[in-house]
Amino acid sequence: MKKKFPKLHAALLRSAQSVPVLIGVVVISFVLTRALPGDPAVYFAGAAADEQSINEIRIAMGLDKTLYEQFFVYVNNLLDGNLGTSLSTGQPVLSDLIKRLPASLELTILSLVLSCFVSIPLGILAATRPDTWVDHLCRFFVTAGVSLPTFFTGILLIYIFYYILGISPSPIGRLDFIYLEPDIVTGFYLIDTAISNDWDTWFGAAKQLILPSITLALFTLAPIARMTRASMLTILSSEFIRTAKAAGLSNGKVLFSYALRNAFLPVITTLGMVFSFALGANVLVEKVFAWPGIGSYAVEALIVSDYAAVQGFVLSMAIMFVILNLLIDLIYMVIDPRIGFGSK
Amino acid sequence: MIISNSSYNLKNSKFLNHFIIILKENPITFFAFLMLFFFLICAIFGPYIVPYDPLETNAKIALQPPSINHLFGTDNLGRDVFSRVIVATRLDLTISVLAVLMSFIIGSVLGAIAGYWGGWLDVFLSRILDTIMAFPLFVLAMGIVAALGNTIENIIYATAIINIPFYARLVRAEVNIRREASFVHAAKMAGNSEIKILAIHIFPNTLPPMMVQVSLNLGWAILNAAGLSFIGLGVRPPTPEWGIMVAEGANFIISGEWWLALFPGLWLMIAVLTFNLLGDGLRDIFDPRKRL
Repeated sequence: MKKKFPKLHAALLRSAQSVPVLIGVVVISFVLTRALPGDPAVYFAGAAADEQSINEIRIAMGLDKTLYEQFFVYVNNLLDGNLGTSLSTGQPVLSDLIKRLPASLELTILSLVLSCFVSIPLGILAATRPDTWVDHLCRFFVTAGVSLPTFFTGILLIYIFYYILGISPSPIGRLDFIYLEPDIVTGFYLIDTAISNDWDTWFGAAKQLILPSITLALFTLAPIARMTRASMLTILSSEFIRTAKAAGLSNGKVLFSYALRNAFLPVITTLGMVFSFALGANVLVEKVFAWPGIGSYAVEALIVSDYAAVQGFVLSMAIMFVILNLLIDLIYMVIDPRIGFGSK
Repeated sequence: MIISNSSYNLKNSKFLNHFIIILKENPITFFAFLMLFFFLICAIFGPYIVPYDPLETNAKIALQPPSINHLFGTDNLGRDVFSRVIVATRLDLTISVLAVLMSFIIGSVLGAIAGYWGGWLDVFLSRILDTIMAFPLFVLAMGIVAALGNTIENIIYATAIINIPFYARLVRAEVNIRREASFVHAAKMAGNSEIKILAIHIFPNTLPPMMVQVSLNLGWAILNAAGLSFIGLGVRPPTPEWGIMVAEGANFIISGEWWLALFPGLWLMIAVLTFNLLGDGLRDIFDPRKRL
């Protein structure tokens, strides 16, 4: 039977596939909250808790019930958006995370854009000159980039640009204290300041963003550059490129309007892996630059054994990542003409 | 017997020649092999060859910049940074080697089972592995260490768990394409048990791509473990470890004492780079087509 909307059908099927993964994610994070050695209630109540508050936590978390029932309590709480209460801030974990999420997203997105602007040209450069010194140099450069511990790169950049050269602001968060925080609209400082037409603060926020986003970008160069190179090599040796060249089209025309468009498709699929990299590295970068995002929130929570906050962070990162992978696949379907039509 | 032996030798020497050609063509891989050798020496003999006790404090010589006596300078407690960096090699390599070994073994068994028998077992295992991959891996490692408790062993377990899917998927794919191969049928006819066929005839075929994965993974495991100890998980002071040394040194970078963080960070980076370059080189040797 021929389907009426093959792309829509494929998109729905792909979306449905995320449901079991999401369930799996919830199960794993449930196991993580119950895997604590000793009594979880004691851990979640914190070091300063007395007998009564431990009991309250035990009942609130349903720890007096069977494991089976506990799971339903856990899922029910999740559906209500209840990730528990953070010990250190005294606020619900979810609202803490939502408040801090824009800072992390602004940093991650900016660094990925930056990374794409460097790595894709590098990949193309390497693919058009395979096995020359340019190729080897590109490969060495991106391998060195992914070998750099992000926390070390960050510290090094702070030393060079803040301590020695003095051209970057002190690494203490999103905005120097001489600026007023913009009114929160999106939570992205670069957008919020632009909305309120406050370009002084915009530059202040941009300056704070430069070093951490370069640090994060360096780490994500390698997978994108390698994928670009590999897919460019495949495309460049394919028949339609040979035909285009034989037809007398210029190298630039063949490269940029024929090869590049097709080479982008596999690159988009690697973005999922790159995001996994970036979300992990984000935690370290945020710690180094005292960036008030969800990564540094989790690190602070870890130090004071604030387990509800840590597990809430892990779960919400995983859910975000599942949704992100879904979006990437859906975008791929929209872009790739081969999916959804014709033979299947 | 003689014939098979000589053909084996021929194959082996061919491989060796190929190996030498690759090393000649690609000086970077050769360099990576040298560096690996260097790190192994540091890991094995490190504690015996360093000039100072890595834990010995001496307030009189605190925060001295690098000099002839202290190649990498001294830290805020007067400990010799060079000795600490070299001695830390053993701990960092041990963590990553044990973690990778564990994920190699567990991943191989799970992948082989899923790939050979297929069916609901395959579906079930693949779902679990997909779920692990659905987490940003460093974040999952944080969660596991937070849940199991803050010790070095748990760092190893966490790093092993997040790497299992890579091995399992690789073995599953390689086993799956060979389970109907004629040599497998021949082995069955000869009366071998399925487990024996799987372990002796099919599994060894997966080793070349697995070696590449192991090498790339070792670098990544070191980075992961160092990252965890940088945020205060696992290794505790005063144990010398690269990640925690960078974390301690970070407090002094703002006041200009760069050597505290620079040298352990540099060592960490070189170690990871060595394994990454080695993985690239091994890929060229084992499977030139797959090079990315």
